[in-house]
Amino acid sequence: MISLAGRDILHAWGKFVFTGVGLGLLIGVTLTMAGVYRGMVDDARVLLDNSSADLWVVQQDTLGPYAEPSSLYDDTYRAILGMPGVDRAANITYLTMQVRQGQRDVRAMIVGVVPGGPGEPGQPGYLIAGRQITRSHYEAVADLATGFKLGDELQIRRNRYRVVGLTRRMVSSGGDPMVFIPLKDAQEAQFLKDNDAIAQQRRRTAENPAFNRPGVPGLLEAVLASQSVNPFVNAVLVQVKPGFIPEEVAEPIRRWKRLQVYTRAQMEEILIGKLIATAAKQIGMFLVILAIVSAAIVAFIIYTLTLGKIREIAVLKLIGTRNRTIAAMILQQALGLGLIGFVVGKIAATFWAPIFPKYVLLEPADAVRGFVGVMVICALASVLAIRAALKVDPAEAIGG
Amino acid sequence: MTFLSVNRRVVALLAVIVPLLILMVYVALRSGPLAPIPVTATVVAERAITPSLFGIGTVTSRYTYRIGPTAAGRIKQVAVQVGDRVQQGQLLGEMDPVDLDDRIAAQGAALKRAESIIQAAEAQVREASARKAYAENQANRYEQLLQARAVSEETVAAKRQERQVTEAGLAAARANHDAARQELARVRADREGLIQQRANLRLLAPVGGLVAARNADPGTTVVAGQSVVEVIDPASLWIHVRFDQLRVSGLRAGLTAQIVLRSREGVPLSGRVLRVEPMADAVTEETLAKVTLAALPKRLPSLGELAEVTVALSALPAAPAVPNASIQRVDGRLGVWLLAADRLRFAPVKVGAVDLEGWTQIRDGLKAGDRVIVYSQRALNSRSRVKVVERLEGVSP
Repeated sequence: MISLAGRDILHAWGKFVFTGVGLGLLIGVTLTMAGVYRGMVDDARVLLDNSSADLWVVQQDTLGPYAEPSSLYDDTYRAILGMPGVDRAANITYLTMQVRQGQRDVRAMIVGVVPGGPGEPGQPGYLIAGRQITRSHYEAVADLATGFKLGDELQIRRNRYRVVGLTRRMVSSGGDPMVFIPLKDAQEAQFLKDNDAIAQQRRRTAENPAFNRPGVPGLLEAVLASQSVNPFVNAVLVQVKPGFIPEEVAEPIRRWKRLQVYTRAQMEEILIGKLIATAAKQIGMFLVILAIVSAAIVAFIIYTLTLGKIREIAVLKLIGTRNRTIAAMILQQALGLGLIGFVVGKIAATFWAPIFPKYVLLEPADAVRGFVGVMVICALASVLAIRAALKVDPAEAIGG
Repeated sequence: MTFLSVNRRVVALLAVIVPLLILMVYVALRSGPLAPIPVTATVVAERAITPSLFGIGTVTSRYTYRIGPTAAGRIKQVAVQVGDRVQQGQLLGEMDPVDLDDRIAAQGAALKRAESIIQAAEAQVREASARKAYAENQANRYEQLLQARAVSEETVAAKRQERQVTEAGLAAARANHDAARQELARVRADREGLIQQRANLRLLAPVGGLVAARNADPGTTVVAGQSVVEVIDPASLWIHVRFDQLRVSGLRAGLTAQIVLRSREGVPLSGRVLRVEPMADAVTEETLAKVTLAALPKRLPSLGELAEVTVALSALPAAPAVPNASIQRVDGRLGVWLLAADRLRFAPVKVGAVDLEGWTQIRDGLKAGDRVIVYSQRALNSRSRVKVVERLEGVSP
């Protein structure tokens, strides 16, 4: 038995393939849009993964450190280390700023980590080149997306840092690549004012008679020294001992240290449910509309393809072809078109995804969902086309 | 004819479909979770490492002489400017003596008066001595006359009394003389004291050195202890270095150090750890140490200038070592990913010393010849498929 669908496709294979490719590009865009949405959510998740923490200890009544500013004294971690179930605790600071390198500058999130060796909370988990930070000052590990290379000199505020390591997929919730520097430098970058501001503040203080009394030598120096301290960090990352449930460890810290503590699940809720919620919904909305439009276009294409063959179908009917055969032909063609479209779309999406400036995550589950969706839409569209085809009067084959 | 044309069409269609399918399979296998993760691997080798410590310090001087008055007063003159070299004992400045000079002059006059009083007292002593000598002679003569019964008993008694009066007069004159001498000594001491005080208003350099600061100018009133001029000994410059307490083990006096001043990058100076301070900084969690320069640069670094100090510790015996990028924490344990027959296995390790280039000695858990993962494109787990490459994508050679 010959395949009617196959013969028909062969009859006009160019038209069929090009329609499929066009369809595919549309599906590719839809898949990419889904990837952009997933990438956004993944950026938020990867931020949590990279901090390799079980608990985030932040300032009381804040949603810090990612969604809201939070600042803690930098010796808070000592008190937290003494709490039951705490295995490791490390200070961390986050600051998004432009990092200068030569003539250009890159938007990056500066992460201040305790240079305590590999595996400490907050340190980049894996590298793709170079080494982890070993000196306690003026070294940096940068994400590949910053475009920095090993040995590059970065300028952050008034200090210069040498890139000693490169990592990958270490981004902030906004997708900015991270640059890891030693904590003490980061504290300085975050809390130290610029030189002009310091000079002006010194002058102002010196002019204030309350701080610069003739009878009290040393008072002015003491006041000035107290004005330029930076004993703050944004959060303390905590890893709990094996066998402890993070929430069990968090509760005593909340209660007795009077600090806000978030577990991984709560942090994810804050990041995805609050921080990127609007942006993600925006993309999500666009994705939904794109999916509907794509579905409509796929349906119309198949419908019009079928209508374009209405005379041939009338001839088939005239020579006594069964309805089932005609329906199967249209359905097979539609599914074939869908298949080509999906394959082209998937390939196109995979190839152009890495070019996007922000991360595009093409999940296999999304691909499977997309495949099923395309097939269902093709089948539904072919139902419309089949109805139209079956209604054709065989007389049309002869008539004008 | 028909067959051929159909055949041609089949070939053309296949020519499109087949590459598409091949591409699809490639895409499915090379991206997403099915794709192998590119990694780089290294073979663990025995390596002797020289751990070093890295610290940040500021240039300070060992001795800073803050020179100022010992009592509140107004500055009369400051004789030096910042940057001047001064000799020991050189006049740096002077406080306003107010009435001190007048008081010294008054004491001078008082001294002269006291000297005159002494002369008067001496004259009195001489007078009293003369009176006494005459009264003694008279008394002796009348005694002899009494024995010859030439004068009356009463007259002799009068002469005896005269002698006693002149004796007492002499004693009084001598006492007066003594008092006058004491007075002179007192006045002299007073004057000396005032002169000392006057000298104390002169601010002198206690050592030869460099004027580092001039904190007040003539006319300023300063309180006791407030410094007017600060003098440092340039030869005593050292660097006050702070080391993170996390890595400070092995730091001790006598180790050689490499110093890079912020103003002279690329010109490392050599130095030596002079001492590790017994008191660490509890707030910044840093251990403090003093590092001296082996030779002072011709152009002196400014005090307070930032310096990077790298202290080389003694070399450790060879042991299996890996780059620190290969050490990861998985499920709370520190370890490395071992690559054996293209299978990944997580091997927990105990890490030892680390050098500044990131080489980490492994005390337990690895042996030389093991193959470990150094860099990976993604985080690994034991089910990850890996592909060993020379260099990861995006990393320039």
